[in-house]
Amino acid sequence: MALTVGVLALQGDFQEHIAVLSELGVSTREVRSPKDLSGVDGLILPGGESTTMSMLLESSGLLLEVAKALSEGLFAFGTCAGMILLAREVLDGRSDQNGFALMDIAVRRNGFGRQIKSFEADLVVSGIDGPPVRAVFIRAPVVEKVAKEVAILAEVSYSFDDDSHRVVPVVCAQDRLLACSFHPELTGDTRLHQLFVSKILSEK
Amino acid sequence: MDAQSNEFGTARVKRGLAEMLRGGVIMDVVNADQAKVAEDAGAVAVMALERVPADIRRDGGVARMSDPALIEEIQATVTIPVMAKARIGHFGEAQILQAMQVDYIDESEVLTPADEAYHIDKWSFDVPFVCGATNLGEALRRISEGAAMIRSKGEAGTGNVVEAVRHLRSITSEIKKIISADPAELFGIAKNIQAPYELVSEIHRTHRLPVPLFCAGGLATPADAALVMQLGAEAVFVGSGIFKSGDPAKRARAIVEATTHYMDPTILLKVSRNLGEPMVGINADEVDVKMAERGW
Repeated sequence: MALTVGVLALQGDFQEHIAVLSELGVSTREVRSPKDLSGVDGLILPGGESTTMSMLLESSGLLLEVAKALSEGLFAFGTCAGMILLAREVLDGRSDQNGFALMDIAVRRNGFGRQIKSFEADLVVSGIDGPPVRAVFIRAPVVEKVAKEVAILAEVSYSFDDDSHRVVPVVCAQDRLLACSFHPELTGDTRLHQLFVSKILSEK
Repeated sequence: MDAQSNEFGTARVKRGLAEMLRGGVIMDVVNADQAKVAEDAGAVAVMALERVPADIRRDGGVARMSDPALIEEIQATVTIPVMAKARIGHFGEAQILQAMQVDYIDESEVLTPADEAYHIDKWSFDVPFVCGATNLGEALRRISEGAAMIRSKGEAGTGNVVEAVRHLRSITSEIKKIISADPAELFGIAKNIQAPYELVSEIHRTHRLPVPLFCAGGLATPADAALVMQLGAEAVFVGSGIFKSGDPAKRARAIVEATTHYMDPTILLKVSRNLGEPMVGINADEVDVKMAERGW
């Protein structure tokens, strides 16, 4: 399979994504400017600070070019900050925060709380066999609303600061988009990336 | 239903936040207005403190943890992570910072050390710690105490990048030496640099420091940021360099761009133009107090 997956490399842990993709035998490309997008079959939007990435997307000219590529059918996988970039609605963000607003979900930035509320959990992910997926949540967004067009592939239960105990979606899929609020790139488990790659291959 | 057991404060969660800050700029701020300028400019995090290192240097006296009210004001102003400094060995200050839910604690040589023998036992906290280091042995001793991020120390408050470069080169060249060493040599290397054998062996196996390596101490220009990123830093701290300059907002933004596009001289050229007055700076050999010599 001749597949090239780009990884947005403006800020964040893009190297970790590249390492996972390489382990799967997929060619990768660091995307820092619009020219890096040519010929990529999919794009990973990594974890990092969504406000910083949003500014760098604009100054690099990638905001418009990635949005164009996505509207023309580019596959995308967003993790944590990347999920925020894909979400239709962002709560508790900055008013000038840019994103692609393509997946019909509403996410709350840092919805689980500050770093001390960051956590690990075992998840059952629909479409992934074998042992549970170990998920690392770092100042992660919380998915507050999901439209019916969006498939929820995994959920986590969590005791929030306001003492509410809720089960919230953490892996969402819609058309050519995949998003998760945690960091599959940090654990050495390649299965979520494999899911993304399979999605691309099934339509290629 | 809470069938799953959520785990907090694990090494992976602590190091994870450092991973997310990679390729970014962490800026020192002394009030909410500066914090806003930093976030507007694209900082990935801010370091909340009462005085930037250049002023600590000028004023002298004992430098301590900042007033919690100041840190809370900054936490209420920005949406990005907020870090704060505790004195070396001062676990009392660190406990207060954890109670305030700061996102990272910097056990920092910029403040006056509180303990001449021991650093903080950082494993006993759920909030992650960053510590400074001048060489690999020092970095690994801090990691063995629980640090989840290492920053090369440089010489804070000088606006002079030379010490940061020295420390960064020292750490990365020692890492290269370990990678290329024969396994039998690792015991001797661990002994020589006074670091745990297990961590030396881990570097040999993984080819990298067990936690992210950032750079701090004396950075003042976009070119400084690009220099240290090319030398192997994974992100940069800028202290006095931004808010002691003529046009902090513009300089901050330029350093953010330079840290992302550190390998692209065309962009570096573009963002380096017309930044106004840089901080004046001090030469390393004219410095009375060497902060980098604090801690061991």
